[in-house]
Amino acid sequence: MTALEFLGLLLIVAGFSTLPLLLAVPLIWVERKVAARIQDRFGPNRVGPYGLIQPIADAIKLITKEDITPAGTDKFVYNLAPILSVASVVLMWAAIPLGPNQSLIGVDLEIGVLYIIAVASLGTLAVMMAGWSSNNKYALLGAFRVVAQLVSYEVPLVLSLLIPVLFAGSLSLQDIIIAQHGMWFILMAPLAMLIFFVSAQAETGRAPFDLLEAESELVAGFNIEYSGMKFGLFFAGEFAHVATNGFLIAHLFLGGWQGPGVTFNGPWWSTLLGIFYFVLKASIFYFMSLLLRNSVPRVRIDQLMDFNWKFLVPISIGNLVMTAFLVMITNAAGFGLASYQPLSEATFFELLPVTLVLFLGNVVVLAVIVGTFGRQLREERLTVEAVAAGD
Amino acid sequence: MIAQYIAFGVFAAATLGGAVALVWSRNLVHSALYLILSLFGTAGFFVLLSAPFLAAIQVLVYIGAIAILFIFAVMLTRSLTNITDLFNRQMWVGALTGGLLFITVLVGIILPVWGPNGSLAEGLPRSVDVATTRDIGLQLVSGNGYVLPFELASILLTAAMIGAIVIARESE
Repeated sequence: MTALEFLGLLLIVAGFSTLPLLLAVPLIWVERKVAARIQDRFGPNRVGPYGLIQPIADAIKLITKEDITPAGTDKFVYNLAPILSVASVVLMWAAIPLGPNQSLIGVDLEIGVLYIIAVASLGTLAVMMAGWSSNNKYALLGAFRVVAQLVSYEVPLVLSLLIPVLFAGSLSLQDIIIAQHGMWFILMAPLAMLIFFVSAQAETGRAPFDLLEAESELVAGFNIEYSGMKFGLFFAGEFAHVATNGFLIAHLFLGGWQGPGVTFNGPWWSTLLGIFYFVLKASIFYFMSLLLRNSVPRVRIDQLMDFNWKFLVPISIGNLVMTAFLVMITNAAGFGLASYQPLSEATFFELLPVTLVLFLGNVVVLAVIVGTFGRQLREERLTVEAVAAGD
Repeated sequence: MIAQYIAFGVFAAATLGGAVALVWSRNLVHSALYLILSLFGTAGFFVLLSAPFLAAIQVLVYIGAIAILFIFAVMLTRSLTNITDLFNRQMWVGALTGGLLFITVLVGIILPVWGPNGSLAEGLPRSVDVATTRDIGLQLVSGNGYVLPFELASILLTAAMIGAIVIARESE
């Protein structure tokens, strides 16, 4: 590798890592507009047409603000935390395919999905570093909650992530997308998709799981002492993380860039079409995340933990075992996923029987859950009501 | 090839520097952060050795879970985070033991005291032939492979988890 090649590579990496940060700018506008619509307001509408330039104005304001490092902070850790927060999201993009072309992915890692989960866990570290180094009680309390929340919700996230990996027989995201040529995995594993969506919402710390920045209890949470662009970096990191989760769901369950007229490594128009498809699919999930954020109240910390450990984790373990069992059964019966090698060659109708079996398996699991937990919740409510009536 | 040597240098500096700073630091949280740097360097070595799966697991388990729990525990004991006294009284014994271990390993690498070690230089198995994630998975569950250590380790971890729950549980 010559020096010039190295320089070129460095420039590409720098440009590529700027992408998720630039993405945050329009996303902030979308977020504010949607939130305003839900709350019956107009949202930003002064700067530029429909307020489109508002996030840029905000960014300039954040950059030009005075950079304050409060006395009593641990300076090095305090300044490192926002950088690490953004870095964890930017690193995820290295292994995420951005289109139906082998050149539109940073590196097609053999362990792609695992890598993404690993670097995402660095985000937890950044929040803890910020909370501790700020030397502030509220920041520290926010950081404590983060550990409990993010570490817990990583369990159902990874368990539901395993199901597309199980179907595709590969940890590489590009392989998982290509394997969905005949049938999207959402039809084979709708439950896994739902669990992934809910845990991803918790991983990014958005409502109803935004306990790490519960304004009414913690003032602002872990980032209370941060101002200017350091605060901006946490913010940009969070927005980019939500968008990245949308990409991940689209890739893992909705076939990524797959769609009519798209071929892998095809002509330029097919590539553009593929990018359009996957951005569309990812946007659906981003929009759903926004709707959820703006329409449900925040949960309590004990409810948060109960929901994860007593509901999501048992379901995702049961779902994984059931799915693996059904995959083995259908393989033995001769119409399973293993009878089509490679999976990308199989057509929709060929995969229909196995999809039906897996879908019914999901329905059964769901029925069992609703039956068990529904009865349990009803009994709890009746006890509470009986106590209330007794008073 | 040069890039690999540079990367090796960076990872070695991160691992060793992090380890030295870990024992040198008087601040427990700083120590935990240096530990993370050291673990990260180790993950880098796994990448250089064409074992990406191990590298990802290293980051996921050691940095994403264990190190974070370390910091969590340390943060709960805030009065301990700024210690000025050195309370390790066996510094010289420790240094001697560490130095002896280091020399032993170094001798073992350079001289063929414990059998030949020529395979380190030539005939290294390439990653395309052996170390895929699928192979690791199959080795962990096959009867000829490592199924017994794997199961024993999981029993041990389960026992540790149950023990922790029993200790932490309020008595009824």
